[in-house]
Amino acid sequence: MSLRVFIPRDSGALAVGADDVAAALLEQAHARDLPVDLVRPGSRGLYWLEPMLEVDTPEGRVAYGPVTPADVPALLDAIVAGAPHPLRQGLTDEIPWLKRQTRLTFARCGIVDPRSIDDYRAHGGYRGLERALKLSSDAIIDDVVKSGLRGRGGAGFPTGTKWRTVAQAGRGQKYICCNADEGDSGTFADRMLMEGDPFMIIEGMTIAGIAVGATRGYIYIRSEYPHAVEAMNAAIEAARRTGYLGEHICHSTDSFDIEVRVGAGAYICGEETSMLESLEGKRGTVRAKPPLPAHKGLFGRPTVINNVLTFSAVPYILDGGAQAYADCGMGRSRGTKPIQLGGNIKHGGLFEVAFGITLGELIDDIGGGTLSGRPVRAVQVGGPLGAYFPRALFDTPFDYEAFAARSGMVGHGGVVVFDDTVDMAKQARFALAFCAHESCGKCTPCRIGSTRGAETVDKIIAGDRPAANIAVLEDLCNTMKFGSLCALGGLAPIPVLSALTHFPEDFGLAPRRLQAAE
Amino acid sequence: MQYEPWEPARASDIIAGLTHKEGATLLMLHALQQAFGYVPQDAEPMIAQALNLSRAEVHGVLTFYPDFRREPPGRHVLKLCRAEACQAAGGDALAAHVETRLGVTFGATTADGAVTLEPAYCLGLCATAPSAMINERVVGRLDAAKLDALLTEAQQ
Repeated sequence: MSLRVFIPRDSGALAVGADDVAAALLEQAHARDLPVDLVRPGSRGLYWLEPMLEVDTPEGRVAYGPVTPADVPALLDAIVAGAPHPLRQGLTDEIPWLKRQTRLTFARCGIVDPRSIDDYRAHGGYRGLERALKLSSDAIIDDVVKSGLRGRGGAGFPTGTKWRTVAQAGRGQKYICCNADEGDSGTFADRMLMEGDPFMIIEGMTIAGIAVGATRGYIYIRSEYPHAVEAMNAAIEAARRTGYLGEHICHSTDSFDIEVRVGAGAYICGEETSMLESLEGKRGTVRAKPPLPAHKGLFGRPTVINNVLTFSAVPYILDGGAQAYADCGMGRSRGTKPIQLGGNIKHGGLFEVAFGITLGELIDDIGGGTLSGRPVRAVQVGGPLGAYFPRALFDTPFDYEAFAARSGMVGHGGVVVFDDTVDMAKQARFALAFCAHESCGKCTPCRIGSTRGAETVDKIIAGDRPAANIAVLEDLCNTMKFGSLCALGGLAPIPVLSALTHFPEDFGLAPRRLQAAE
Repeated sequence: MQYEPWEPARASDIIAGLTHKEGATLLMLHALQQAFGYVPQDAEPMIAQALNLSRAEVHGVLTFYPDFRREPPGRHVLKLCRAEACQAAGGDALAAHVETRLGVTFGATTADGAVTLEPAYCLGLCATAPSAMINERVVGRLDAAKLDALLTEAQQ
């Protein structure tokens, strides 16, 4: 019997040498005349163990990691002999970091072969679509409403409500657009899913198409993700070949097809109306709302725009999981949230868990503190437009409303950890400089405010009338917050003001007592 | 990376193969850059003609997106991530190191034409930071020594 081995093809694993490990394994196996069946799945998301090598055993998959090519000969000896090895992590499913999670969206990621539609089906794939094909449009949308699913891209808008608007928008061409322009630093959940379980995204988009009466879908992927583009294109091809995309999907009366479109390095194109402009082949400038994309979206037609994670939650919900999904979570934040731990962190990776876990649990217990071994000083949650939180706010639970109450945001669930060497004035300046760099230029508060803001932070850092300049900065941030057209200018003040509030000493001010924000 | 020399007839073919697509401007720009390594000014009226746009509109799109180059790149392109997760893991020091080592700032190509240095704002490799992409190869857990080895390989 051949040895079945799994080495991820996820780009996070490739970045630390997974291909070299795979090559070494095949070479060593060949030299020993040992038949090996090598599968290249996505990543389990335990990035500190990547490259992680898993071996199929009667008890389940056993993990080894992090593996280097030099480890492979001795590792293969140990595997064949059933002997212990220092890199052996035991049964993958029993690794506490993985066991503590509630994997609904990432249930298959790292397990299935992302190039195989048969493997997807063997693991429960396409059951949601098969059920949806038997339901009316209303019944599909009712299920989505019942699950309590809210947009996972960051804004948290109720998905069922959005779909219903498009469904009721009359006849004619409608579109489904998947926003895979995951530009926030510290986030990689969309990338992992596209690389590790692409059929689930296709299935979710297809269900959306049937529900609202759309026949065409686009998935807009950022150019920084070439491996995700390749994985999605391969999956779309496979779905077309097997009748899951195209005319009369699964011999039904419904038709739906998807095309991948690749961005070109503009962060703003993650904003939904800017993404529409880009899909139309234009400069990615933001549109004023209303009209909402649900009424006038891509090429002026009614359009559902959801994030990768939102579409990915749909197959589970339609496969009879609406109630189970709604039973997870806290308050108005239902279901699970894939949280991404990155930056200066010992155990970084993808941690999917029901809403409600606290920031402190995530960073200290699960993340294991910093990789540098120094104390954690600040954590940025929700990407470049998210707040910097100090340790004093580590009791904040992961919940859209709880973060908002403390002037932060959950966003796309990225958590970036900084140790005590961080200079928060520099981070505040970066937030504004980044906004200036990425501003589409359409509205004045964002275009000019970000540049003037960065200059003002420079003056504060240089000690030029700090009190007066901080007043200017706060005033400018207010103008951006209330006067910008979209979330880029509207949220860029969040990291700036949070740095100023929680870390005033870095701006040359006396430390002030934390103002209770709740 | 090996690119073809600019050839208007070849560009015409690439453009013609994409005119049937909805909103094809970005598709064309990407395809041209993939073939030639950059999008020369001569391509702008060709795209405008094919899509019934003004030349100004095409120029506007080309210059909006940071990915599109208007000059040929070096033989290798190093995109180093400059975003927050990589900053937290020592990315700023690494950026300073690579600028010194290559003798260029971000956005420029070394005098020998070997390497173009570009910033990236997140490669989605935040749990293995700091990270970079050299040509289409992703690399993580970078430090100065690892980066130097990659650059030495590229500059040979």
